[in-house]
Amino acid sequence: MSELILQVKHLKKSFGTHEVLKDIDFSVEKGEVISIIGSSGSGKSTLLRCINMLEIPTSGEILFEGAPVSYRPKDKNRFRSRVGMVFQSFNLFANMTALQNCMIGVQIVSKKSKQEAEARAQEYLKVVGMSAYRNARPAQLSGGQKQRVAIARALCMQPDLLLFDEPTSALDPEMVGEVLAVIRSLAESGITMVIVTHEMMFAKEISSRVVFMDSGIILEQGTPDQVFNHPQKERTREFLSRYRQG
Amino acid sequence: MSGSLPTTFFEWLIFLWEKYYLDFLRGLGVTLELAVIGTILGCLIGFLVGIIRSVVVDPGSSRMSQVAMSVLKVILATYVEIFRGTPMMVQATVVYYGTMSLWGLDIPSFAAGVLVLSLNIGAYMSESVRGAIGGIDPGQIEGGQAIGMSYAQIMYHVIMPQVFKNLIPQIGNTFISAIKDTSVLNVIAVTELYFAAKSVAGTYYRFFETYFIICVIYFILTFTMSRLLRILGRALEGSRNYELIVDGEGNSEGTNV
Repeated sequence: MSELILQVKHLKKSFGTHEVLKDIDFSVEKGEVISIIGSSGSGKSTLLRCINMLEIPTSGEILFEGAPVSYRPKDKNRFRSRVGMVFQSFNLFANMTALQNCMIGVQIVSKKSKQEAEARAQEYLKVVGMSAYRNARPAQLSGGQKQRVAIARALCMQPDLLLFDEPTSALDPEMVGEVLAVIRSLAESGITMVIVTHEMMFAKEISSRVVFMDSGIILEQGTPDQVFNHPQKERTREFLSRYRQG
Repeated sequence: MSGSLPTTFFEWLIFLWEKYYLDFLRGLGVTLELAVIGTILGCLIGFLVGIIRSVVVDPGSSRMSQVAMSVLKVILATYVEIFRGTPMMVQATVVYYGTMSLWGLDIPSFAAGVLVLSLNIGAYMSESVRGAIGGIDPGQIEGGQAIGMSYAQIMYHVIMPQVFKNLIPQIGNTFISAIKDTSVLNVIAVTELYFAAKSVAGTYYRFFETYFIICVIYFILTFTMSRLLRILGRALEGSRNYELIVDGEGNSEGTNV
């Protein structure tokens, strides 16, 4: 019996006259690993940002565990503490060490004791292989290391759903691998994830479902085999062929 | 008449200093007092105003709080524009004589001086605070939002510590400026260093010598302060090193690539 965590219904988002998302219907079941692929500007990141309420949709509805989300500041913060997000640009707190970055949310949002926050932070820094760097500040870390700390920070909140917004796009090729390895191990551990990515091989390998977006709509979705090996739409084939050549 | 009045520039300097050094030192005391209190209050005002003017109102918050916030922001913007757009000497006279003729309030000139200096520093400082808040990478705000932190929590734990650290040199400069700016408060008879000099200068009609003395005093004061602040700044920068912590399992922990 599958359990729906998130439902997006008829979501539209415009920036001025530019309609970025046109009537998106999308849902996430518990335990799914969903990759959203598509060219730049197709609305992938905006969809993710709408889900985490960093953008307010122009119209449409988002249901979390069956109930519509509320944009009142308090409800919004409670929702966000249960839905983690990892950004392309890491967004770590520059004034805190890796450990403090991971602890702060547990302490002041989840309201746990300092000891518990520290234990949890240590645990997840270990998961991402950054335990040795717990006293380093973001400015002292490489891109890949920063992103691994950012993933640990999100994990510390023990979210029901984890969103990744192009987690490797700001990294040089050598660092992409270390971050993807962490995400891969998370996928295997059963965490529900939605990943916006340009790493096609990675998406094909770890996803339970692949969503292809184009010009603000979901054009096609299915298992990695369906989307990558037997795409139904011409636009999907065209998009994927560029990656095959590369 | 004793007839033994000094004849040369240096003799006058020595003569005036020996005779009036207590007045100069008293004036210097008032100047320092004004500068210290003015800078502290001014920074408090500046941080408060700068933070409020930087608040990004959550589009999900109630209509009432959104309106209240815009009204408050307009009031604060008006305050900043007025105090940045008029000379402090004029502000001092307007506040001092204005409170007297409008409300019959006879506030001591020292209190009026502190008020004007603080409000003036506050106006400039608030703009620096606003700029410093705007200069922090907005990604950090989203990073905080993404783990469920409120705007206030993000400001308190993430943004303001960085803003404050970046503004420490600015606060030092403000203090040095304040030392010099207090001199205009002589127009409302605050007995600071310049006011003391004015009284001394009039006694023997030795204007150049008297003002030269306080010129040297002002310079020694500001120069010492700027050196001290530089040392303090270096100390606050702290170490750029960090320790790698190798646990029992060494580097074999977690996911290794």
